[in-house]
Amino acid sequence: MKRFDAIIIGAGHNGLTNAAYLAKAGLDVLVVEKNDYIGGAAVSRELYEGWIYSNCSYVCSIMRQALHRDLDLSRHGLMLIPYLGTVNFGHGGNHLIGYHSSEAAYNELKRHSRHDADAMFRIQADLNRYALVIRKTLLRTPPDPARLRIRDIQELLFLARQFWALGEKEIYEYVRFFTLSAADFLDEYFETDLIKSSMASSGIIGTALGVYSPGSSYILLHHVMGDVDGNIGAWGLARGGMGAISKALHSALQSFGGEVRTNAEVECILVKGGRATGVVLTSGEEIQAKIVVSNLDARRTFTKIMDKNDLPPGIYEKAKNYKFHGSSGKVNIALDGLPRFTNLPDNPYINRGSQVYPGSMQTLERAYDCWKHGRWSDVPFIESIIPSAWDPTVAPPGKHWMSNFIQYCPAELADGPWTPEKRHQFGQTVVNRIEEHSPGFKDLILHMEVRTPHEIEQEVGLTEGNIFQGELTIDQLLFNRPFPGYAQYRMPIKRMYMCGSSTHPGGGVSSACGANAAREILMDLSKPNTVPEDDCYDE
Amino acid sequence: MTAYDTIILGAGHNGLVCAGYLAKGGQRVLVLEARHACGGLAASYEFHKGFRACLAQHVGHFPDRIVRDLNLAKHGFSPVHAAPDLIWLSPDGQHIRLAENRLSGVTQAEQRAYNRYSRLMNRFAAMLAPFWLKTVPPIGHNSLSEMLSFAELGLKLRLLGKDDMREFFRVVTLPMHDLMDEFLTHPGLKAMLSWDGLIGSRQAPRSPNNSVIQLLYRSASNTSKSLEVESLISALCESALERSVEIRTAARVVNIQVEPGSQGLRTLGVQLEDGETICAQRVVSSADPKTTFLKLLGAECLEIEFTNRIQRIRDRGLVSKLHLALDGLPSFTGLENPSGRLILAPDMDSIEYAYDHAKYGDLPDLPVLEITIPSLSNSGLAPEGQHVLSANILYTPYQLRDGWNEAARRLLFDRAMDVLESYAPGLRQRVLGHELLTPLDLEARFNTSGGHWHHGDLALDQLIMMRPTYGAAQYRTPIQGLYLCGAGSHPGGDVTGIPGHNAAKEILS
Repeated sequence: MKRFDAIIIGAGHNGLTNAAYLAKAGLDVLVVEKNDYIGGAAVSRELYEGWIYSNCSYVCSIMRQALHRDLDLSRHGLMLIPYLGTVNFGHGGNHLIGYHSSEAAYNELKRHSRHDADAMFRIQADLNRYALVIRKTLLRTPPDPARLRIRDIQELLFLARQFWALGEKEIYEYVRFFTLSAADFLDEYFETDLIKSSMASSGIIGTALGVYSPGSSYILLHHVMGDVDGNIGAWGLARGGMGAISKALHSALQSFGGEVRTNAEVECILVKGGRATGVVLTSGEEIQAKIVVSNLDARRTFTKIMDKNDLPPGIYEKAKNYKFHGSSGKVNIALDGLPRFTNLPDNPYINRGSQVYPGSMQTLERAYDCWKHGRWSDVPFIESIIPSAWDPTVAPPGKHWMSNFIQYCPAELADGPWTPEKRHQFGQTVVNRIEEHSPGFKDLILHMEVRTPHEIEQEVGLTEGNIFQGELTIDQLLFNRPFPGYAQYRMPIKRMYMCGSSTHPGGGVSSACGANAAREILMDLSKPNTVPEDDCYDE
Repeated sequence: MTAYDTIILGAGHNGLVCAGYLAKGGQRVLVLEARHACGGLAASYEFHKGFRACLAQHVGHFPDRIVRDLNLAKHGFSPVHAAPDLIWLSPDGQHIRLAENRLSGVTQAEQRAYNRYSRLMNRFAAMLAPFWLKTVPPIGHNSLSEMLSFAELGLKLRLLGKDDMREFFRVVTLPMHDLMDEFLTHPGLKAMLSWDGLIGSRQAPRSPNNSVIQLLYRSASNTSKSLEVESLISALCESALERSVEIRTAARVVNIQVEPGSQGLRTLGVQLEDGETICAQRVVSSADPKTTFLKLLGAECLEIEFTNRIQRIRDRGLVSKLHLALDGLPSFTGLENPSGRLILAPDMDSIEYAYDHAKYGDLPDLPVLEITIPSLSNSGLAPEGQHVLSANILYTPYQLRDGWNEAARRLLFDRAMDVLESYAPGLRQRVLGHELLTPLDLEARFNTSGGHWHHGDLALDQLIMMRPTYGAAQYRTPIQGLYLCGAGSHPGGDVTGIPGHNAAKEILS
């Protein structure tokens, strides 16, 4: 029977990245995937004839450019196209357009408040500075402050140096930034509620925190630290949908001789004598391998596909305590034409970016309160995007497809489990909210797919439908991710690793987790490192 | 000519501790207090004919060192080393009592779970305890004291052992909700234990980052804890007077006067409401930072960046105080001995929901309360056979949506009484008189900005070398000769006397 060098469980973008780097180092690699398609949450699927749905993740920004270049993903067919603008809808016809051109953006802000237009320069500069420190850690393995081997000390010193280089004042401001709520942070810059809520909305995406919850300002950063083609903070689409990223990674993997098997769900990880030796598929087939890498989230890995008796004491409990709070929903819609929005100029820029519905700071926070009570808000936060407005490959000519991301959507409802009926109602809430700003929108709908955390968990395998494979709060970041003592991608079982978003640096289509894990694995196998260093934008 | 070495603004417990230490160090000290009595927020006063009460319900972790140094035992303060009982009340009489770290009223399994929880938290609290009682140097200066502090912290962390050290980094920023869920199952027990991490600051069980550190600060071990705030204040006063500290009450300072000095501005003295000017070498303020810098000193004496940092301190109080004069001991369903701190919050969600209303400037439908009956331990507070009930009501916003008016106060009183009545039927009939103090009242009466007991939220970004803000966190301020010694400085609020102690040490060195 064939024995692989490495088996990677789950063909999400991190799994494929991990496999690609292992294969590049000459390992004989197999990726097993339970679905009949690859990509995990980065997919392009034809769910309605002629329409390509990116029905989970929908935009691309924190994909590490160093990896993109190194794996030559462009040659493998990946093409990123930047956003041109966004529009944020407030209440009562109020709106704020985020133009790509800095002059237009300034004038638009000035329409609301001269003070805030000037403050935007300050906050952008501050956020970029804060993001820089984080960005430098993305493609590095976090140190273990309790172990203190030479490498841990080196990495700790690296971190300390980054902070010390900021200088006294900046260190304090940085600590503040990390611990503040998005609302408190933004209050220090802006006076206009719509500008604050437009900014704050990126501090709540995918997370079970409100804009008034301490710590939400960090997540705000998580959404501005990306770049498209070196344009820091920019957002873009993958031409052909998010599946194009997975396809390019798959193609890169194949070019190194790696292999992916779909329809191959793992029943359990085989452990013999404290070592991982392979996997058993639900079909009963056993596949042997020297190492096993799980791209599943931490709880799923340890509580679903491993035997509690194989684990050292305490690990099962740690996995149970690892926090997921499913809080996001998705509504994907096929449209007969481009929607028009009231009070907005008929401007192509508006449709080539996202339409965001923050409402106001209170609207955002009240939506969070509803989530705490186990229901969804009647006025939810929505981020819509119509990729077909500038990517002709995802919908037939003249027709369009629209992705709507909704915060907050509870994983469990107070009045019992999700049913198709409740799912439909949830979808209608979203459609009604858009209809308010775009009369006639409902009539354009040809097909609609509603995904609550329940569907995301069932299909993609993300526990509670949490898009980051675990909350991005300080207690689950850096050397605490997924849990203290196991943040260096090695798991408590020998020859077993993790490479998903449950590991440092966390969620988002970044490929960084997979690449970092590959570097550690190759180190353990005494193979030459194939993972590149990250770009530095310092000087 | 200056008659005094040091003028201390405010005769709260921190001001008095600071005065005691400075006098002990040989200084001539004058304490100026705006109100008619000493004690500040910890002063006892008559709120209804024959009934007295005090805002501070209990003495926090008051260090033995201060009790010893200032001879407080001689002046009538007897240190107690056991925290008052903590009792979770249930309307049906199934109470939980935590007395001397032993739980009663829960299952064996829950008791064991609690033991695991408290072992960990006690280790963390003990590790941090030494850092509260000293000045923490600023970071980023590469100074020796900075390095030593970090080395000490690192060593202390390492001594916890690998597993606990790692746990510390994870647990320290957890929301109370998650922390309690990890260990415990009883909803009432969770609410009771999370209480000290939440009260006073702007946070609820689901708010991350700040509540564990507040809990650890408040449970710093091996120090005096007692319900007798009154005897502490009188002991502090007497101890100071014995060292010939001069205390002037009803002397409201309106202005801290400055003159150009060798390195920027330096203090000259203070001006009182009646126009009198008193000179001294230095001025130590136990008032909150906003009052000190913006009202008494004035923004014109400070750099704009510093002023901005003072202005952004989060110090909007969320706690109201209710005092009831009762014609007898209230009887809580199923509770024989109501001495201790009683928590009236069914579960963590009810605390969270009470907070949700406050976020939007509304009053909670169902307030959550912490009550004590101080007259049980101090019979002098009420006529014989009668009692005082003191309650902290959460969460009541400083800025109510339509402003605090009589109707709003009535509504809050009624809602709080409804909650109390559901635990102690018949309580309403026993009430002889009451006093309700909203954050706005606290601000007006005790001159604390925002009516905040802690002079600013206990939050990670407002603690240690960032309390109240960098540039003033080592008790010195940008003005030469002006020092801080109040709860707005490291380590923070509660009746601990530590900021006063640390400030005095800093001044004397």
